[in-house]
Amino acid sequence: MADDDTGDQTAARIGAAVKCTRCAEPAEVKLRAHNSAFCRDCFVFFFQRRVERAISHERMFSHDERILVAVSGGKDSLALWDALVLQGYDTIGFHLALGIGGYSLRSREKTEKFARDRGLRLEVHALTEDGLAVPDVIASTRRPACSACGTMKRHHFDRAALEFGCAALATGHNLDDEAARLFGNVLHWQTEYLARQRPVMQPRHPKFVRKVKPLYLTGEFESATYAFMRGIDYVVEECPNAAGATQLAYKAVLDDLENRFPGTKLAFVREFTERASAAFALPEDHETTARSCDECGMPSFGALCSFCSLRAEVERRQADRAGRAGAPAAPA
Amino acid sequence: MEVDGVKRVGDLLTRLKILPGTVLVIRGDRLLTEDAAIAIGDEIELRSVVSGG
Repeated sequence: MADDDTGDQTAARIGAAVKCTRCAEPAEVKLRAHNSAFCRDCFVFFFQRRVERAISHERMFSHDERILVAVSGGKDSLALWDALVLQGYDTIGFHLALGIGGYSLRSREKTEKFARDRGLRLEVHALTEDGLAVPDVIASTRRPACSACGTMKRHHFDRAALEFGCAALATGHNLDDEAARLFGNVLHWQTEYLARQRPVMQPRHPKFVRKVKPLYLTGEFESATYAFMRGIDYVVEECPNAAGATQLAYKAVLDDLENRFPGTKLAFVREFTERASAAFALPEDHETTARSCDECGMPSFGALCSFCSLRAEVERRQADRAGRAGAPAAPA
Repeated sequence: MEVDGVKRVGDLLTRLKILPGTVLVIRGDRLLTEDAAIAIGDEIELRSVVSGG
């Protein structure tokens, strides 16, 4: 606010009609789900406190542990990394470059700039180095893009967490992601998926680390707001493969409900976590990844882990195609 | 895109059939709430917050 303005004069000057719930300055953001409005400083405080409360309430990790933060270059993961660093956590950023044309180039560029500007440690792995850029994998295997991408992300996140000595892997999954996933799992009664939908997943193998979602009760409007207010330059564009994704359809339904009944998403996910998820817990003797992959040594169900199976499938199909292209023409 | 005859951000979102909470409404270096007044000549960015795949 300008030095000689009153709060009301400032509000009039910037066209703000609502006052901050904490300090009564003109508000810049209104959160209907929380029945609150905040100025910039108070929102940043609110956001960081919510992240910290999620971490401590769910016992995600402590200040004595090193955390691998999976950073895509989008608002959620960069906002999360920023908040963790400001709260004094020991973090390493990990970016998986997916090889999806200009989108991936811009995502990597923004992630590297974020880390460079703040003097943070960032590790990058490019799928193109393995010959496994997402478009090539899709073309070779005809698997759904998000499925193939998810398999490769899980493998590299697990491997990186192990390699860099991290106690936990933190991802930027937000309240909207979790609500959409929960909605889909409930619609189809995917009980095994419901069992795995938790803000903290404990490792079931010594080579895996704890997986945590500190933003699981923080909406994507809030993480976008935080990123904007903190001056974080993130990738605004959507992954080109996400167009038409089922999750976006679920999000649209939930957005409509949220607009009519503010707080719906928060109650849906929070109450599931606190009151219902235990009903879906897997038995202790549930099948686990007890073996080691023959190729990479990471935990697996069979001789090869999901990632190495995918890679083998890509290589086999590419070799078949090359063989057909080089074969002599059949006699007429 | 030019939009005439709206006095508040909420009116603008209604006119464009955009749900509040799915976009950041940005004027200059500030965010605007639904109740914020807007005037003729204002340049406003609507930035989607929805991601997913």
